[in-house]
Amino acid sequence: MIEVIDLVVDRGKRTVLNGFSCSVPTGSVTGLLGPSGSGKTTLMRAIVGVQIVRSGSVKVLGLEAGSAALRHKIGYLTQAPSVYADLTVRENARYFASLYGQSAAQADQIVANVGLAGAAHQLVDDLSGGQRSRASLVCALIGRPEVLVLDEPTVGQDPVLRDELWEQFRALAADGTTILVSSHVMDEANRCDRLLLIREGELIADDTPAAVKASAGTDDLDKAFLALIRRHGESASDPEGVRS
Amino acid sequence: MTLVHTTVRILRQLRHDRRTIGLLIVVPVLLLTLLYYMFQDQKQVFNSVALIMLGIFPFIIMFLVTSIAMLRERTTGTLERLLTTPLRRTDLLFGYGIAFGVAAAIQATVASLVAYWLFDLNTAGSQALVILIAVTNAVLGVALGLLASAFARTEFQAVQFMPIVALPQILLCGLFVARDQMAAWLEALSNVLPLTYAVEALQEVGAHPDPTATMWRDLGIVAGAVVLALVLASLTLRRRTP
Repeated sequence: MIEVIDLVVDRGKRTVLNGFSCSVPTGSVTGLLGPSGSGKTTLMRAIVGVQIVRSGSVKVLGLEAGSAALRHKIGYLTQAPSVYADLTVRENARYFASLYGQSAAQADQIVANVGLAGAAHQLVDDLSGGQRSRASLVCALIGRPEVLVLDEPTVGQDPVLRDELWEQFRALAADGTTILVSSHVMDEANRCDRLLLIREGELIADDTPAAVKASAGTDDLDKAFLALIRRHGESASDPEGVRS
Repeated sequence: MTLVHTTVRILRQLRHDRRTIGLLIVVPVLLLTLLYYMFQDQKQVFNSVALIMLGIFPFIIMFLVTSIAMLRERTTGTLERLLTTPLRRTDLLFGYGIAFGVAAAIQATVASLVAYWLFDLNTAGSQALVILIAVTNAVLGVALGLLASAFARTEFQAVQFMPIVALPQILLCGLFVARDQMAAWLEALSNVLPLTYAVEALQEVGAHPDPTATMWRDLGIVAGAVVLALVLASLTLRRRTP
């Protein structure tokens, strides 16, 4: 369970999140959607505890985000692949495994799970973009974390691989892992249990994909989001509306 | 245990970068060669300058290598990721200290072997002590490099800490002007710079057949500066960033 209450975050001179609240239920896949610059990455950074926040509270599994006890329980995939380019895939995996007290065999297993067994001995520097981001994903999955925060894990992946990765996310959630995943791809949004739509630091929708579509009166998530954004824009400019 | 794993990881990275290993070993030797021919007819000058350079080269090289390595951790996002894992910040920094210390030991050994055997460097004290001081000095470079990298956002900034941190220490360590002949305030400044003590320790080995109390004291001061810089570096390594 992730609980964010009245979160205010400034980055540079800009207030990226201004009184943002949301929650992510345990054992589910929650999709975080929104255009670039809407605050998705900032929210994720706050949840994993590496973002300086001005005010508000972020609790993960009942603990303050960033607390030492959480570091064994959380896996974080940054948007840009963050693995050592001058190590092989296997060396990266085994190093991160060692930080969580996991064995080399477990590391190799997860390398195989994301379809990188054939590239295990290659330097990350020599991998394709898609392979590189999967190598980075390996290092997020490796501690068998209870909470997974994944910033655009499937960008640039082959559709078959993307499908396999999503099956793995679903399987992990079924085992009780709480997953927050950001994405640009609407067909992935349909595979989430819940969706958080965020735009300019504001939460525009927080519901199941079906309910989001129903409330917008369309079967197409792309159109549904457009409708919700427009509706939100009108209520924001409406003097009766108390949003700001 | 994470300290050991981190040290091994850094050494593995280094091992994959053969050219860097080559440069680490060859550059001090080339510079010593230059010194040898510069002072071919002044054996005494070569003896005192080469001895000090055996301590200064690893200091400068390790300072640069480390500040870039740490900056790379920062810019590629691996540092941010590491800070979300159970890894302790001191384990990361001491991991760098040990890993680059090992590299520096190889570098200093090769350089001093060349200096003694090929160029007939002559010291009253033992070669092993020279290597010990050179390695301690390299680790000082590592520690100061880690600390300096906390204040750099880009590679351009990082490399400029070299002239800020290393050059004044080299200028004031007594190599160019004897410290007791400097203006009082310069001497006072040199008294608080760790490289001063490393150079003095090397000069002690050069002049005395047995290790002197001054040499051990100086070595202790340099080691203390290493620990202090590493602790300061771990304090400036914030888990949360803007």
